[in-house]
Amino acid sequence: MIARRLLTVLATALLLFGHGTPAQAHEEKFDELVISHPWSRATATNQKVGAVFLEVQTKTGRPDRLIGASTPDAETVEIHDHIRDGDMMRMRRIDGVDIPAEGSAVLQPGGQHLMLIGLKVPLFEETVFPMTLVFEKAGSVEIEVIVEAAGAGKTKAGGDHQRHQMTK
Amino acid sequence: MNKKLSLGVVALVVVVFVFGAWLNLKQDVPPETATVGGMVINADIGGPFELTDHTGAPFGTRELAGDYALLYFGYTFCPDVCPTELGQIAEAIDLLEEDGDRVRPVMITIDPTRDTPEVLSEYAPLFHERLVGLTGTEDQIRDVAGDYRVFYRKFEDPSYTYYLMDHTSFVYLLAPSGDIASMFRYGTPPEDMAAAIRQHMNAQEQG
Repeated sequence: MIARRLLTVLATALLLFGHGTPAQAHEEKFDELVISHPWSRATATNQKVGAVFLEVQTKTGRPDRLIGASTPDAETVEIHDHIRDGDMMRMRRIDGVDIPAEGSAVLQPGGQHLMLIGLKVPLFEETVFPMTLVFEKAGSVEIEVIVEAAGAGKTKAGGDHQRHQMTK
Repeated sequence: MNKKLSLGVVALVVVVFVFGAWLNLKQDVPPETATVGGMVINADIGGPFELTDHTGAPFGTRELAGDYALLYFGYTFCPDVCPTELGQIAEAIDLLEEDGDRVRPVMITIDPTRDTPEVLSEYAPLFHERLVGLTGTEDQIRDVAGDYRVFYRKFEDPSYTYYLMDHTSFVYLLAPSGDIASMFRYGTPPEDMAAAIRQHMNAQEQG
């Protein structure tokens, strides 16, 4: 609980003070990827699933591919796509998400997302949790995911884009 | 009758049949109205229901009578679509400010096996303090979903450790009479929902 609260303070500090303290920290290591605004939604105490959304950009000029993810807060993380068949909504697992050489891959509500399965702890609004993303070329990246309101949508949550970036 | 002619007749029958089937299918999709983002409703959709709310108490259209309701069919093991839609409903109600008090947000689960009143009691308040989560027996859910033309199906696969629900994702605006006043497709902006509700409220006051 204390650790979580500490993370909250850190997250708030991050949001307040700006353009990416972690960005600089990560940039020192590599210069391959920019992960923008990884976020999730608050969950109920007995809820077993969640979703993580983010934007990935490669800085190498070569395409890459997001092939996996994990977090200590969930038993497994799967990459899912939302298939809209007429008015029928389907969620299915996919093998990965292509990161184009130029532009970015956007995981957002109504599209692709990282599905957290078997949540061990509820996700509380305004806290953060750690996550590891695995890329085909860039390897593993450690990120922190900010938990927003349970009903946050892409328009509401998109505002912090510039202020919450992580690079590797 | 020669062979060519009879073949032609068969082909014509097939074409007419397919066209008829296509027309039939087409009619199932309600057309959208240009003004408010809602849809024109076929009169035979909807109807009364009696289910169990997230406190375990009986709850149905009788409890909703006299108020507007934004009704959604979803499930709690739904990582993206349902939270998105419930968030939009909550936002639409907020946008209506004081008039939003006359609109009751309601979610009926299509996954009653997982979504017991206990599960719903934790889930519902996350989206809106007045959101009512409803569950029932599998038969009750099948009946109410049928009445509202909600299609849902369990998706199970040996390579998945859990099951998902495939489902249609509409938001229904119920008038104080209990009739469906409007229907919103997945992704309808909360502003459009709020505008449609406001329009119905105004029409009611003038009428």
